[in-house]
Amino acid sequence: MIHIVPGKCDFCGCCVGVCPEDAIELLESRISIIDERCTNCRKCVWACPWEVIEFHKEGVKELATDSPIFLNTTA
Amino acid sequence: MKNEYDIIVVGAGPAGSTAARYAAAGGASVLMLEKDRDVGYPVRCGEAVSHEGLVQFIEPNPKFIASTVTRFRLVAPNGKEVVPKLDGVGYVLERRVFDYELAKVAAHHGAEIVTKAYAYDLVKNAGGEACGVKALIKDAKVEIAGKIVIGADGVESRVGKWAGIDTTCHIRDMESCAQMTISGIEVDEDVLDFYFGDNISPGGYLWIFPKGKNTANVGLGISVECAKKKSAIRYLKEFIDRRFPRAAVLTHIAGGVPCAKTCDTIVKNRVLLVGDAAHQVNPTSGGGIISGMIGGMIAGQVAAEAIAKNDLSYLPDYEKRWHKRLGWRHEVFYNIKEGISRFSDDTLNAIADSALKLPEQKRTLAGIFRTALWNQPSLLLDVARVFVS
Repeated sequence: MIHIVPGKCDFCGCCVGVCPEDAIELLESRISIIDERCTNCRKCVWACPWEVIEFHKEGVKELATDSPIFLNTTA
Repeated sequence: MKNEYDIIVVGAGPAGSTAARYAAAGGASVLMLEKDRDVGYPVRCGEAVSHEGLVQFIEPNPKFIASTVTRFRLVAPNGKEVVPKLDGVGYVLERRVFDYELAKVAAHHGAEIVTKAYAYDLVKNAGGEACGVKALIKDAKVEIAGKIVIGADGVESRVGKWAGIDTTCHIRDMESCAQMTISGIEVDEDVLDFYFGDNISPGGYLWIFPKGKNTANVGLGISVECAKKKSAIRYLKEFIDRRFPRAAVLTHIAGGVPCAKTCDTIVKNRVLLVGDAAHQVNPTSGGGIISGMIGGMIAGQVAAEAIAKNDLSYLPDYEKRWHKRLGWRHEVFYNIKEGISRFSDDTLNAIADSALKLPEQKRTLAGIFRTALWNQPSLLLDVARVFVS
């Protein structure tokens, strides 16, 4: 699973630019992974300049993450 | 704000504001939405532009110019410095003021601007074409009708994706960037510095751009392919700790720059993409302010003409005009970038050595390139490979 480390993100959008699945939602000061679309490809993890995005195998570590607020709005 | 416009621009950076300006100047009703509360802030940019690029759009003004630069210095991995002879000057901008000024010009031409307005989807007609934008404005969901949508929503663009355009940047081409504006340092106020090397900034370069006295933007971009092993911020911290250990850090930002060719499609379903959203960045330098504004200008003009003619089938003209003006050149720059990125540190050191043997008058960028080829015949193969492939 892809996780955003809480409180660390600069909201720069580099991760969104490499996400092939449109699975990241970025507002002025809020970011969330749309789990339903994420394929765990990890491109966002590599792209993040500040090491804010982490990949964890199920059950290894759980981090709080915002849930997306516009899930229902795109096809 | 009305609930219907001819043209809706998403994003109020230089490309968006320039698109809004030319669309409004062409007689269309224009709304520009900005997701952040401020136009121009936060700044995610090295902030350097050329004089000749800037004056196409706005007169240089001290209120948005931090430094005027007349030289740049290329630093090879072994520390050898080459200062090519340059014609003309450049500027390091204060983007937070500059972007404001561009937005004011757009407003002067009649564009409306709303900040803290996050576009989260398109409104589409039965044929799948954009006919408006869904936005969250000050926490309320609204739908605004628009005949044409211009996506100027930056590296994080989603507008294109909603219209069916693939704007995903390949990780090889995305530069993962970090920058600090630091003060209390010694810096040459009229010089742009570029550092190269696998230990400094693999698959990219590090820059030191002066911002007035004793202050500079120090940043770097590394190819995401290289960032798998070590992140941009680690490379930057190492450099700053080594070079400017006692610097005061005024700002600290992350960013991404799509150093790719222009997206295959930048017009689809009544959506036009401009700036970073369309990958209108010079792929060799990573500079995107002026090229994004050129994209914005052409998109704004074409959109306004389509509205005036009441003929939206005219929109693909934007793509043709962009490629004729700059897109083709970016393809050449992309091939050059591909070639340079294959150079080892040893090759870069050899190029610097050759360049330093040149008489000063011939130490131009083209001169350096030519000498590098003569003195290092193996480079010819690299370059040939670049242009053949």
